[in-house]
Amino acid sequence: MTLALDIRLKRVSKVYREGDLVTGLIVIQCKNEVRHGGIFLALDGDVNLQLSARSVGIFEAFYNSVKPISLISYSLEVSKPGKLSAGVTEIPFEFPLKVSANKKLYETYHGVFVNIQYMLRCEVKKGMLAKDTVKTAEFIVEYKEHAEAAVKKPVEFTITPDSLSNVKDKSRIPSFKVRGKIDSTCCCITKPFTGELVIEECDMPIKSVELQLVRVETCGCAEGYAKDATEVQNIQIGEGDVMRGLPFPIHMVFPRLFTCPTLVTANFKVEFEVNIVVIFNDDHLITENFPIKLTRF
Amino acid sequence: MATYMWKSRDRSYEQERAKLQCHTQEVLEKHPLRPMIVTGDIGKSSRSERASEGSSGIITPQHDSERVFDPLSLAVENEDPLDPLSQFLHEQDGTLPQSKKARNCNKTILGHGTRSSATGKSSDKSSSLMEPWSSRRQSILARFTTSEKLSMITSFLAGGDKVVVKAATSTVDKVKHRLEQLDDFEEGSIREMLNLSQQEYTSRIQQLNTALTQAWSDDQRVKALKIAIQCAKLLVDTSVLNFYPSKFVLVTDILDNFGDLVYERLFRKAEYSPSPRVGKPIELPLDFTPEIVPESAKETARNWFFKVSSIRELLPRFYLEAAILKSYNFISLEELSAAVKRLTGMIRGFGNPLVATYARCYLCRVAISILPMEQQYLLPNLFDFLRIFPQLKSPDVREEVSKQKMEWSEYLTLYTPALDWILECIASCSQLSQLLSEISPFGHNALVLNSLMAAFRPNDVAERALELVELMKEFEETGFPLHVLYRTLGLCLLLADPPLDQRRMKKELNAFLGDVIRRMTPGRAYEAHYHELHVILDRILSYDKDFNLLFSVENFLPYLDLFQKESVRVEACKAIIEAFLKGQKSVTPDPLIVNTLLAICKNMHDSLNALSMEDERRHMSGLINGFLCSVSYGRDFEQQLNFYCDARAAFSSLDPVMSQLVQLVNRLAVETHIIMKGNHSRKTASFVRACAAFCFITIPSMRNIFAQLSLYLLSGQVALLNQCWGQADACLKGAISLIPFVPKFLEQDGKRKSTEHLLLSILSQLTSTLLLFPDNPDQGVLSLLRGLLTIIDSYTWDINQDTKTLFHLHTLAIVAAYSQESYIYHIPGVDSNDVMYGHNETFLKELESLGTSILSQILDYLKELGNRHLYKRQSQLCLTLIQQILVHGDVNHPPLHKLTLNLWSLAQKHGRADTSSLMAIKRKVMSPENHHLASLALLLQIKV
Repeated sequence: MTLALDIRLKRVSKVYREGDLVTGLIVIQCKNEVRHGGIFLALDGDVNLQLSARSVGIFEAFYNSVKPISLISYSLEVSKPGKLSAGVTEIPFEFPLKVSANKKLYETYHGVFVNIQYMLRCEVKKGMLAKDTVKTAEFIVEYKEHAEAAVKKPVEFTITPDSLSNVKDKSRIPSFKVRGKIDSTCCCITKPFTGELVIEECDMPIKSVELQLVRVETCGCAEGYAKDATEVQNIQIGEGDVMRGLPFPIHMVFPRLFTCPTLVTANFKVEFEVNIVVIFNDDHLITENFPIKLTRF
Repeated sequence: MATYMWKSRDRSYEQERAKLQCHTQEVLEKHPLRPMIVTGDIGKSSRSERASEGSSGIITPQHDSERVFDPLSLAVENEDPLDPLSQFLHEQDGTLPQSKKARNCNKTILGHGTRSSATGKSSDKSSSLMEPWSSRRQSILARFTTSEKLSMITSFLAGGDKVVVKAATSTVDKVKHRLEQLDDFEEGSIREMLNLSQQEYTSRIQQLNTALTQAWSDDQRVKALKIAIQCAKLLVDTSVLNFYPSKFVLVTDILDNFGDLVYERLFRKAEYSPSPRVGKPIELPLDFTPEIVPESAKETARNWFFKVSSIRELLPRFYLEAAILKSYNFISLEELSAAVKRLTGMIRGFGNPLVATYARCYLCRVAISILPMEQQYLLPNLFDFLRIFPQLKSPDVREEVSKQKMEWSEYLTLYTPALDWILECIASCSQLSQLLSEISPFGHNALVLNSLMAAFRPNDVAERALELVELMKEFEETGFPLHVLYRTLGLCLLLADPPLDQRRMKKELNAFLGDVIRRMTPGRAYEAHYHELHVILDRILSYDKDFNLLFSVENFLPYLDLFQKESVRVEACKAIIEAFLKGQKSVTPDPLIVNTLLAICKNMHDSLNALSMEDERRHMSGLINGFLCSVSYGRDFEQQLNFYCDARAAFSSLDPVMSQLVQLVNRLAVETHIIMKGNHSRKTASFVRACAAFCFITIPSMRNIFAQLSLYLLSGQVALLNQCWGQADACLKGAISLIPFVPKFLEQDGKRKSTEHLLLSILSQLTSTLLLFPDNPDQGVLSLLRGLLTIIDSYTWDINQDTKTLFHLHTLAIVAAYSQESYIYHIPGVDSNDVMYGHNETFLKELESLGTSILSQILDYLKELGNRHLYKRQSQLCLTLIQQILVHGDVNHPPLHKLTLNLWSLAQKHGRADTSSLMAIKRKVMSPENHHLASLALLLQIKV
């Protein structure tokens, strides 16, 4: 007795905003008539917090705070127990994406220690003996139009041996001067991160110039917290010994799902930073860090 | 047989002519060769043919000295539209005028990417001028090769066909080898393949390409993407510089393939509903716009770009996005042009200038096929190249080049294929002058200039040739080989002429030749460079149609002197004359041309010796004759004659040239005659005598007796026409006295052939001519004819042929012609014997006795044939004699009447007579027109 269950969202992009109707079809395909003990559909939005291995010890005390935080939860019985005729059965559904006044739907985000996920879960009950058939489908939540918009905050910077911190032996540093401009440290998440970099001078041949996108996830509450910075992606923007004095573009597209607008809540924070890394031929590298703020618009 | 008296028949030529006239005309008009001979628009339309039929029908040879008619060459010159072969050719290439530029022909529609049907949109007007990538592809692969070992890092090639199965010597190696083998089983393990030869490398890349296509069709799109990424990564490696352009070609093939796969899939997925009412979605039209693409397809396309934009490394990220650039068509056109712009900027991050330049080439190539109309991205790419150009001279690059033992100039030429392409793209949409001014702020760049000249239309380049040369002068120190630049410019100039005034051209050419001479002279350097020198000469000749200008170049003749080796010099001379004959459309009196060419011809002529091949002589004679024919001083005939004298002095060892000269001088004499309308003044009389003398002197210097004979004859006729009796007489005497020396046999195509038939025809002409000649009062009646007969008698004839008797038969005819009251033809102003003797009895008697003696000789010969039992020949001769008698003799004269009947029976005596000849004679006799033969009509019976 086979039964194929599928949830098809009406929007191909699967992107919804608060207040939208999540509409779609439950598609059940079976070869012959099937009895079932009811069909249920649930919509859940949760924030899952995880503790990194090194933080676990400290945080056992605040065990509470790592419990998933539910943002939205609906469930409905689509069908009473009964029979499904052979062939394809399509059951349309519709959820309003609404939350109570004091709650907010955060944007979908897949991180390392913080995950914000919205799922549709459809269950066809099969009685006591058989296993229920379950199908889940993720949909993506984005902020509505009037969410915070990016304010242009251009930054110009110069990196020289003098501007470096944590250098032990200054004599071993080649002489260099890297000048750059970031169009804005407050970025709309759908637009690329842009800017320009010039290697004005540099004694040592350069091996590579890279942009590192780093997420900084903070879990915890007023009592204590764990902050972890991990790499989202690393994008090379200069390959080999880049021409001196010729500006070359800084350009990076924010990956979907793995980034979200900078989020600061009482229990967790998701923030982003960009590192500009210049790697010399001898594998020494210099890094300049730029905390950035991401917004939906 | 008794002696028969000869009696000539009196004839009225006037009447006979009137009877014949209509026939002649008809025949002439229907002559099949006629349209070939008539000048003018041949075969253009039937109208012209009709028009010529309407005219008199008699062809008057035009005395245009420049034209020597050859029906064959005429057909070629006129490009006869009726010629089926040439017509076919026209149809084939459609545009004949263009075929001049082979280059243009090559530039066909940009054929790249025809795999995907939707790309049809991309091949359009602006790119139609460009040479397709596919054709360059091959030349790059052929040009940039290496014998160095290559390496490749990949995880997608099966380990089974590993190349490096070297005999593992040490145990460490063995262990390592086994471990490697273990690794191979794990899919996706990255291996570095070392020591690949170029061929192996190429086949590996081919394998990757098939692997990619395979993965794609297996729905393993991520794997396909990974393969493409790995391939793109190969382009980072410049460890074998010389192979880089070829590697670029190979790798971009894969990327193109990948791009097409992505595009095709999206295209198939992107079905849309043209109107809300029609439910069923249909396939996108080929020229779709992003607006009608359904959201789902857009989303998929976007996903591809997201995926690509997260590729860590710069180079693969760039190449992959460029490869799937076309798929922006599904999203939006604005994003597409923005992406091209962004990618242009992205290349600035490439540290290695070679890698960067090829990346630009790829970008331009992809972009021009997608966005043929929009070309703002092209120039920034060029400018960025100019900006990074100093990077080429960075110590790093220099070190790399020297490490690979490469010449610096060789390294620079690695850039040319990429730059050529970029500039070709630019050339299709911009002006040269504008571009030149736009790139000038970046400083002069030899590499770019070289590609620029190659890319732009030769006409444009030629227009600015001088400016470009000025630019090149400044490049001395850049390291790019200057000769390459000059060569590229030269190639353009071959196809298009620079706008130089003639005087300047001359100066430049002179300077150039002077330079060549200066470089070639020391140490007889020219000996090693004859070929090159000859090529230079060829170029000059093919370019320069103005020979006056060419010969006035001071260094031209000294340049020719460089050709010291005789055979080479002769070839050079031939080339010059050939070019002259080809280029010179009209006759010339130009003394410079004439003298120079005379010298050149003489030079060529003097190289002949006893060992020269017959073909060689013939070829040279042809050339020299062509030259002689193209010299004309117009009405200055004396000058012309002087020229011919010089020519005679110069070319004495070539018979055909001598004969041509005699012909030309005779023509000169005839022209004088025509101009004076037959009445010479004292001056012209002496001039034509000089002409006759020229001929008379020239002819004996020839070797070919037959040519001499016919020229004597011709000259004699011409001299007579011009009333130079003495000279005419001398010519004929000359001819007659030459007869004993006529060789019995000639070698022809390796076979010995009897000359008697040739001799006979000349003799016939000679005797016919004699009719015009008045007797020299000092030498008795018909002294020339008698002299001729004496010589004929003493000539040793072949006993197997009847030539002598045939000649005697002709003589009978001439005797009959002499006996007429008024001769059949005259030369105006020349009194022939009819006027001289006034049908005098004595003269007639003299003729009769001559005729009788000839007749008896013939009869003797017939008898002799009978004795030798050669009945067939005897019968034939009998019949010929009968015919001759019927035409020229008076058959009503009893002895002749009797003779005819006797001959008739003799002819049939042995049953060897030719029936058709008998019938012909019979018919003739019976014909009512020939009523004077009526007496014979009943007597001539054919025996059965």
